[in-house]
Parts: sequence; structure tokens; C-alpha cells
Amino acid sequence: MTTSSLALGTEPNEHGYRSFTLGGFSFERDEYFVHIEWPTGRHVAAIEPFLKALMRDVAWNFFYGTVNFDSVIGTVNHYGTVDLFAGRFNEAYRMAELDHLENFPHDEIKQTFQAILADWVNEGFDPFAAPQETGSAYGLKNGDNNSAVTRERVTAQRMVGLPNDEPLRSDASGYPVNRMFLDVDQSEPQVEVEPGYEKEVSAFNFFAYLSRSDVTWNPSVVSVCRDSLMCPTTEEFILPIIHGNDRVEWFIQLSDEIVWEVNDRETGRPRAKVTMKAGDCSAMPADIRHQGFSPKRSMLLVWENNSAELPGLIARGEAPTVPVRF
Amino acid sequence: MGDYTTVFGRLNNYTKGGVELINDDAKNYVFSNMFEVASRAKPWEKVAVAKNQQYVLEAIRAEGTSEWRVTPHDEFALVVDGDLVVELLDPAKPLVDANESGSRAVKGDPQGTPMGTIHLGHGHMALLPAGRCYRMRAEQPSVVLLQTIQGPDTVEKWADICQKF
Repeated sequence: MTTSSLALGTEPNEHGYRSFTLGGFSFERDEYFVHIEWPTGRHVAAIEPFLKALMRDVAWNFFYGTVNFDSVIGTVNHYGTVDLFAGRFNEAYRMAELDHLENFPHDEIKQTFQAILADWVNEGFDPFAAPQETGSAYGLKNGDNNSAVTRERVTAQRMVGLPNDEPLRSDASGYPVNRMFLDVDQSEPQVEVEPGYEKEVSAFNFFAYLSRSDVTWNPSVVSVCRDSLMCPTTEEFILPIIHGNDRVEWFIQLSDEIVWEVNDRETGRPRAKVTMKAGDCSAMPADIRHQGFSPKRSMLLVWENNSAELPGLIARGEAPTVPVRF
Repeated sequence: MGDYTTVFGRLNNYTKGGVELINDDAKNYVFSNMFEVASRAKPWEKVAVAKNQQYVLEAIRAEGTSEWRVTPHDEFALVVDGDLVVELLDPAKPLVDANESGSRAVKGDPQGTPMGTIHLGHGHMALLPAGRCYRMRAEQPSVVLLQTIQGPDTVEKWADICQKF
């Protein structure tokens, strides 16, 4: 059943923040924490990781599959509607029958989450930024950072840099080279085009483009081959969500190193640890959840199959949870 | 302190990570390293290092001059080591059905109109446009990661390239 309700922000509390409701869920924040309540329980979490997770969930349009904010709270994307859950993918909550889930129209839950971000993100705090590149999320209400929380995710239609597609990044367009990528070569390819073929003969410096990313853990679409999407991203510190796959996803490590903790999607029980160094290629099966740790800002190519049929095929057992068997 | 070095892999200089098992099968992760794959490949061999249904990423050891190929859909070539020259040609007549998947070798030199030439270096990506022909050249052994769809020349040798235990 799809729940429908309005996202209502109350008058500001003593800390300066509005509170919000979505169906049977309520959200309130103070200087340090978010307090979430639902009919069968409640949850308290530090506000900084909560806002970072909420930011990704909104920016990614609830992404592919499950976005676990932590071990209790998260969302499941049904591509049109979205589940908001508490304890649904926590073995102890499930066994105690304390888990709770409500389904909402996509636009309703997105508008509510956007309203929370607009009110709860203070001036100077950027939920997309690495910890050393942003101010504090904590404290009393202090302005806002709407330019940061309303960023549009890059989604090229064919390839970045083509005419009428997503533009390249430069100092002039507000994308300086990140402090950890100052040694990345910025030279552009030499492209010799015959007249009339300007829309097809094209190339760009992929690594330089990534070195100028102003966000972390935010895959953007850079090239498109039918449903095959190259979604590179730059990673630093910890992936703010624990992603539960509804399809096979691939990671191609382009630079430096990331360690992935891989747990079972349903129960959260540990399954593996995957260490990826430059050049490594690893699948993430469709029945796991994963969280990455990147000690230095690194370049990761997330490779997705955007087919709308895949989640259903896998859920019905008509497609495997792994990409190949050998 | 404070000066950062970005570590990229190279054909002759890479370090491989791996899967540490807790309660799983290493094969589920299909874990390989594209530089290791290319170091053991023949020139222009199109070895799949990632696969998702019909889609693949191929690691290609670029060395010398390739054959001419025609692609029914867009492909994207990312140079992850070395340098590459790509020649593009608009064929005089269609050489591939747009509904096909994966590029095809073209016998001999195709007739058509030169579209341009692209000189790619480390980290550069080029569009290989649908319906067009391309030929690549690398003076020194280089590595290309190709975004494409599995075709007749895609090589799958997962048991040889992936971690099994």
C-alpha cells in the first residue's frame, strides 16, 4: 500500500530547526542528533552522517536498490515509489518484529527529504564534501547552504564534452583541481576533426575531469552505451551510506585504493572485505550491501546497467545475482 | 607532508588488491586487474574484465596498428596506460546493422570519408561513434578500457584472470 501524506515542517524548536513528518515517521533534530520515531520504535543518530546519507539519497533519486543510512534507517527504490524503513534490513529488528516500512510516491518522499536538507544543513556545511573540506554540521541553526544541497548530478546523454551535452570542468567554470589531485596531468587530447563531423569526433581528459570533482561519493554519468553507464566518482573518507544492490554493480579502481566492507543485503552479516588498487575490477553481487573506505581521495569508476527490467528479473530468480559463473 | 601522490596502475607497474573471504565465494566478485590481464594478452585482444548481462568492459593491450573495426553502437575508449592514435572513418555504405552488438572487424581498408584523428594520452577518453569505422595505433604497449557490448570478438577467460579462492 502506498502511503500519502504531506511533508510538514513545524515551527522551529529551541535549537532553531523544524521537525518533519512523513506517514508514520517523524524527524527532529537538535544540535548533535537526529531523532526518528515510527509506530514501533525510535532511533537516534549523529546529525552529520545522517545528512550526508540523506544528501546522497536525494541526489541519486534513491539510486539502485537499498540506501541504508545506517543499520536501522534507509530507503528502497521501486522506481516510482520508495520505501522508507526502520529495521527492515536489520536481523535483530526483524526477529523482534520491530521493523517498520512505509511506501511513498517518489515525489512526496523526495520533497520531504529536500525540505529536511534545506532546513537542517547550516551555512558552511557541505554534505557532499570530504571532512577536511567543509565546516561543521553540528550546533544551533545557522543559516543554510542551499547551493550545496541542490546540486544537480551530472548525467551525460552521450559523453561529457560533446556539443549540447554535459560540459567539461575548468577553473573558469568553478571546478579547480582538488588538493589531492594536483599531480594529475591536465593536458587535453589532440583532436583533428574533418568538417561536418564535429559532433562525433570528440575526446576529453577523463582523469582531469575527475580531478576537478567538488563532491565525494557521488557517481555521475559520463558516457552512455545504451543501458551501460560509466559513472565515475571521486572518493575520500567513508561512503556515507551502505548500498544494498538490486542488480550487479561493478567497481573499477582507477587510482589509489578503496577497501569495501561487504555484508549480506538482507541480514547485514559480514561476507567479505574487498581491497581495490588501481586497475582492479570487482563485481558487487545483487544480494549484498557494501560500504567503502578511501584513505586518500581516489578515482573510482562505478559501472551500472540501467535496465529497468533487471531488479524484477533478479528478484524473481530469473537472472543470477552474480555477473558470470566460471 | 601534505603533498599527495595519485597512484595509477601501469602495464609494467601495478599492485593488485583482492577479496578476503568471511562467508562467501571469491568467484562472486569476479575480481581481476586490467593491467595484469593486458600484460598477458595478445595485441588488440578484447578481454572482458567486467560483464553485466550483454554489456562488457574490455581490457585491450594496444600495440602496433589494429585492424579496422566497425561498431553498431557508440563505444568509448579510455586510455589507462600509454598513448593511442585513433583514426575514424565514415564508411561509404553501412557495414553493420544498428541492432547488432559489439564491434566487427572490417576486411581490408574500408572505403569512405575520413572523419578525423584523435591523439589520446593517459586518462583520455574518446567516443567511437555508432556506424563508423575506427583503427587504433600505439607505438608502445598501452592499455585501453573499452565500454561496449559483448560481440563476436569479445574474449571471456574468467577462470584465467579472476581470483578463485
